[in-house]
Amino acid sequence: MKSFTYERVDSAAAATAAFARTPGARFIAGGTNLLDLMKLEIETPQHLIDVSRLALDKIEATADGGLRIGAMVRNTDLASDARVRRDYGLLTRALVASASGQLRNKATTAGNLLQRTRCPYFYDTNQPCNKRQPGSGCAAIGGFNRLHAVVGASDACIATHPSDMAVAMRALDAAIETVDAAGKARAIPIADFYRAPAKTPHLETVLAPGELITAVTLPKPVGGTHIYHKVRDRASYAFALISVGAIVQRDGSGRVALGGVGYKPWRVEAAEAALPRGAKPVADGLLAGARTTHENAYKLPLVERTLAGVLTQAKG
Amino acid sequence: MKFDTPATTNPIDQMKIVGKPTNRIEGPLKTTGTAPYAYERHDVAANQAYGYVVGSAIAKGRIASMNLDEARAAPGVIAIVTADNAGKLAKGDFNTAKLLGGPDIEHYHQAIALVVADSFEQARAAASLVRVEYARGKGAYDLAAAIDTAIKPKASFGTEPDSAVGNFAAAFAAAPVQIDARYTTPDHSHAMMEPHASIAAWEGDKLTVWTSNQMIAWSVGDMAKTLGIPKENIRFDSPYIGGGFGGKLFNRADVLLAALGAKAAKRPVKVALPRPLMINNTTHRPATIQRVRLGATADGKLTAIGHESWSGDLPGGGPETAVAQTRLLYAGENRMTAMRLAVLDLPEGNAMRAPGEAPGLMALEIAVDELAEKLGIDPIALRVLNDTQVDPEKPSRPFSQRQLNKCLETGADKFGWSKRAKPGATRDGRWLVGMGVAAAFRNNLNGPSAARVRLAKSGVVTVETDMTDIGTGTYTIIAQTAAEMMGVPLDKVAVKLGDSAFPVSAGSGGQWGANSSTAGVYAACVKLREAVVQKLGLASDAVFAGGKVKAGRRSVALGDAAADGELVAEDKMEYGDLAEKFQQSTFGAHFVEVGVDAMTGEIRVRRMLAVCAAGRILNPKAARSQVIGAMTMGAGAALMEELAVDKRFGFFVNHDLAGYEVPVHADIPHQEVIFLDEADPTTSPMKAKGVGELGICGVAAAVANAVYNATGVRVRNYPITLDKLLGKLPDMV
Repeated sequence: MKSFTYERVDSAAAATAAFARTPGARFIAGGTNLLDLMKLEIETPQHLIDVSRLALDKIEATADGGLRIGAMVRNTDLASDARVRRDYGLLTRALVASASGQLRNKATTAGNLLQRTRCPYFYDTNQPCNKRQPGSGCAAIGGFNRLHAVVGASDACIATHPSDMAVAMRALDAAIETVDAAGKARAIPIADFYRAPAKTPHLETVLAPGELITAVTLPKPVGGTHIYHKVRDRASYAFALISVGAIVQRDGSGRVALGGVGYKPWRVEAAEAALPRGAKPVADGLLAGARTTHENAYKLPLVERTLAGVLTQAKG
Repeated sequence: MKFDTPATTNPIDQMKIVGKPTNRIEGPLKTTGTAPYAYERHDVAANQAYGYVVGSAIAKGRIASMNLDEARAAPGVIAIVTADNAGKLAKGDFNTAKLLGGPDIEHYHQAIALVVADSFEQARAAASLVRVEYARGKGAYDLAAAIDTAIKPKASFGTEPDSAVGNFAAAFAAAPVQIDARYTTPDHSHAMMEPHASIAAWEGDKLTVWTSNQMIAWSVGDMAKTLGIPKENIRFDSPYIGGGFGGKLFNRADVLLAALGAKAAKRPVKVALPRPLMINNTTHRPATIQRVRLGATADGKLTAIGHESWSGDLPGGGPETAVAQTRLLYAGENRMTAMRLAVLDLPEGNAMRAPGEAPGLMALEIAVDELAEKLGIDPIALRVLNDTQVDPEKPSRPFSQRQLNKCLETGADKFGWSKRAKPGATRDGRWLVGMGVAAAFRNNLNGPSAARVRLAKSGVVTVETDMTDIGTGTYTIIAQTAAEMMGVPLDKVAVKLGDSAFPVSAGSGGQWGANSSTAGVYAACVKLREAVVQKLGLASDAVFAGGKVKAGRRSVALGDAAADGELVAEDKMEYGDLAEKFQQSTFGAHFVEVGVDAMTGEIRVRRMLAVCAAGRILNPKAARSQVIGAMTMGAGAALMEELAVDKRFGFFVNHDLAGYEVPVHADIPHQEVIFLDEADPTTSPMKAKGVGELGICGVAAAVANAVYNATGVRVRNYPITLDKLLGKLPDMV
């Protein structure tokens, strides 16, 4: 770990101002990912701006009947909120399938969206990794890549985004509210939040430097049956091989988002029209253009079969 | 004391304390965080500095140049140790690669430097400033690609590479029912909770190492050889060990580098291996490719048993002895086994819990299940039919005890084996459900073991031996042994372990620890009893009970024998040839029920049962813990554990506990263990055997067989992950 300086701020404005003052700074909230990355010198910020005490820890109703989730709401609190459990069950189910109780107690809503890939080559500073060290190459391509992306990947990077929560947020059409150093606020639909790796896999989101997430909003509830099936080699405390988050209505229509298949929670709205016809056409649409390796080709049939199981379950 | 004739009745047979389910005597220290583990021994030496290990970034080649300038100039740095400045170092007998590499690199993350600084953070930060240029060499990292180059290795720990009885080839060819299949097991990591960690301090030319080590005397000797100093000048102290599983049988880089760092820094230095270095810097269980051929008559009698295994290791290393159990487990007139060893430049292969048998049974016990299927015979009946009460390679040698059949039959009854249906036929909602069974087999090994016992005026008996407790319950069984022998309650016994200043024990490994170390304590207690009787002037047949010594009408408090000063006795248990006359082995049967998600192929264990026949069980509570832990490890081997080899760069990629998955609580819903009532008089006066490794033997095959029974899909390559089932599962509804 490189030496760094640290300050704690008490408002979003102070946070972005501090960032403007200190180039090379990073915001820190729960720290469940950033601190590990700093210990391994994968992240080497010179300055940490602690935003964990900002008054962004409330879950509030919005005027249009949805919820505004403060950026600092802990994963545990979000999962157990009565309104979330009642109206956005997919989100609760995705959260409790993630990490461990201890980590969920620390991890924040904004931090969860921004967690970085768990590609083992990203974590080994002896190995080439375009995400960690732009231009150095990708060791996962041609290496151990059973866990890697099958859609949206590039020749520079085949890493996946590890979040379960983000899969639910994507299916729920969440938007991410931010404020930048100039005090300008914007709302970014989660569909537009993550950047494809292309040739620059180190750039992961559309956030500008110093832009701070203040909240995540959910539109008004859409009803339906909410199912999150996370498939993994062991029963708990493991990242998804793939996951399926689905909201299925009585008439068979609905929404599907996938985890563990790409650099972002993967949803193809156009494919959802086929939901009443079963899993195969939906999976085909979701995974159109998939590129697999000899180790991760299983993810394609796994998505289809998992979705089929989810749809069966949704019928009750 | 020499143990060379089968034991007769002795004080242990009272079983007033030995054999009772007993809580760990050191348990409160562990649950309150006050048991001192190596890295946290802040009190043993003042002014401790911190060492951080730099591991090689390549698997094979040379260090072209190393620049320490930036690291030396970093805040807090006291010293940097490299092969260039460490002085002459030898290689320990138990190490295959050097613990401090350079300029030649033998494997990935081989230690090439230790940075010592005032704080851990300073040492770690400075370690990243050590600039190394490498000249990458060409290495071999792919076992499957290397087996054509494999050679017949020399005998390993007394196990010959080949065996042959009768005419295997002819008998197999003639057998009406044959199985000929290949199986693979991957590299495994011990993945124990506590990392390798040491604090070293020099006082003149005397070295003290507070460490975490299973085999104190081996490791002191090896460190003396490595450093080129007399072993009398080295003291190891390892009272508490947070798991070992074979990963701490030998010195690793933390010991040597702490010693070298302390010398360079002129102050005590502590070193722990970070998790990635535990995977690639230390040892692992090597992967195997195995071929099993079984030939049987139509009614299920085995006529030909063939088992071959290929594994790899660094130059000078040894094979994984995966065929060992096949020489002993089943009857059959024509037999062959062979082990072949390829050179691989991956990290060093070595012992992990039940080396040989654990991966060997993973293959053999699937093959037996396949044979049963082909014969149309129940797999338990097939095993029972082919039982042997003698060493099948040397029929004049009987097993000292062998209750494999009873284990299988007892387990079948308790587990509800009769409800097992044909493959793919049992459904529970979305789950395909199946049951599997496998035999468990692990040889019993005994080793010479010494102990000292002290009797104080208070009546407290203190045991001292360099025996280790690696989480197994050794403290407690030693206390139980001394209490039984001296006729005192458990709370009148104190046990001190893991200090090389104490008499040399058998240590912890190969499931020999429990029987061997308690036999050593037995021997020392026999001597102490003699001293007590003599001191008190009592007849030699005096009875030790209730804190008193009674002979005729006299009854004297035990402590009175130490009224004018502590009584001390020391002895060592040594062994004659009973282990040659009798084949001493432990047996068991594992039963597993799994559910397989019909859609996703996810496999979840539902319940497990082990029935074990392993001699006298000294502490059923501790033994049960050993067995359920081993069953858990076996479930991991079956379903998830695999060190992923990068065959281009030559290292294990998933080198932390996020990537190398071991079972969590949610994976292990229900376990049961039954011990058959046994006492084996040929093993020692304790009449005990090992059990800690028996528990893992066969588990993975039982899981594999259960997956087959659930799905009708036979997977022969471990771990059995859903991607290996997916294309073969029944069609979707």
